[in-house]
Amino acid sequence: MKLEVVRPGFATTVQDLGRPGHAALGVGRSGAADRESFRLANRLVGNPDDAAALEVTLGGLVLRASGVTTVAVTGAACPLSKGGPNGPITLWPGEELALGTAVSGLRCYVAVRGGIDVPPVLGSRATDTLGKLGPPPVTAGMLLPIGPAPRAFPVVDLAPRAALPAEPVLRVTPGPRRDWFTAPDELLSTVYTVSPDSDRVGIRLTGPALARARHDELPSEACVPGSLQVPPSGRPILFHADHPTTGGYPVIAVVEEADLDLAAQLRPGQTVRFRAA
Amino acid sequence: MTVRLLPCGRRAVLVELDDVLGFQAALTQSPPDGVVELVPAARTLLVRFDPSMTNAERLGALLRQVSPVDSVAADAGEVVIPVVYDGEDLADVAAETGLSEASVIARHTAGTYVSAFCGFAPGFAYLTGSDPALHVPRRSSPRTRIPAGSVAIAGEYSAIYPSASPGGWRLLGRTGVPVWDVERDPPNLLPPGTRVRFTAVPS
Repeated sequence: MKLEVVRPGFATTVQDLGRPGHAALGVGRSGAADRESFRLANRLVGNPDDAAALEVTLGGLVLRASGVTTVAVTGAACPLSKGGPNGPITLWPGEELALGTAVSGLRCYVAVRGGIDVPPVLGSRATDTLGKLGPPPVTAGMLLPIGPAPRAFPVVDLAPRAALPAEPVLRVTPGPRRDWFTAPDELLSTVYTVSPDSDRVGIRLTGPALARARHDELPSEACVPGSLQVPPSGRPILFHADHPTTGGYPVIAVVEEADLDLAAQLRPGQTVRFRAA
Repeated sequence: MTVRLLPCGRRAVLVELDDVLGFQAALTQSPPDGVVELVPAARTLLVRFDPSMTNAERLGALLRQVSPVDSVAADAGEVVIPVVYDGEDLADVAAETGLSEASVIARHTAGTYVSAFCGFAPGFAYLTGSDPALHVPRRSSPRTRIPAGSVAIAGEYSAIYPSASPGGWRLLGRTGVPVWDVERDPPNLLPPGTRVRFTAVPS
């Protein structure tokens, strides 16, 4: 069984739950940006949670199945040519599934029963866009190999999910270099706008600059997903799935792991706020 | 020895200390329960833990009792990196250090560097040993894209960007030597302990 990529959409990559544990080599976690949507897509087709699936940014993907198979689409609200989101969809041989442009949220997940069976790199099939690890980004004409169907069958027809919040708020805990800023709590009172310069590496935010209390150079240090790193411009960058494993600008706060899924759905131009966890 | 514990989310603590590698060696010999990963850097060690097994307070109390053990970085051989010194920041670095471009290049190629630790991106090694005259700060705003093979400096370190990526270091030049190749075992050309020399070559 193969899935043919008729159109890749705006930006589509193969993802799984990533390759944690190699940061001392410079290899980051990577994997699905919205991990809860990713896991749900797999569960809806009877796959184990970590089977490789597609992460589709903003939609536009068109797939054609070579044999009968079951897929599921979760994450951003995206019009579908067949079936609906958050439930299994059966595709017949030669049948296409088209994703429209996402109307809210940014990233959809398309799981296929059996998982995408590309060779793992360092134990993962995730595409690390910074580290250039894993399969290349999906392009038109690509034939994605699908693994054997798991024993388990899909058990639900629909897993309704709450709509994404119109005014997202991300919970933070203090970061290691909070004391490098004159008024670190300004992070919590500012309404930031998501810059179009955002991607899987980091979400760049615009808003008033955070003022530094210290101006010396910080020796590079390891950071975790969710780190809010502040370069000298004073505008924070939220390190996401493919963030660098070390950074040399101070981290003022860290977004809660559970809220990174919501952060993954932020659209450029949207506003976002932070509150203490 | 001074050890400072810095908060880093609910799944990690950052330990700031003098002897990073000795502290890492001690933790590797007898890891506290729940520790899942250690990531060394210049002055800090990130200790990642499983939040279902421990928390920052409990782990912090254990970390305060750790004594560093002697660690000798293995000599991982020498690698020579040919560099075309035509980087975008060469003129700025010359202006900032009061040196001519030729003497920036001469000083950068004179040093023998050692890979201290890896990080940032796969294959990115932090090389110590650069001439103190070349210790310049990072750019005030990082570039969104730096080409693969860029040879760059920041603070006391030199490095080679393994792949195209964002970055805030000052670009002195470029090399064709791949520092990361996932088909190679190990994929990393410059693991900690590797000695490195840069030589200037014409473009």
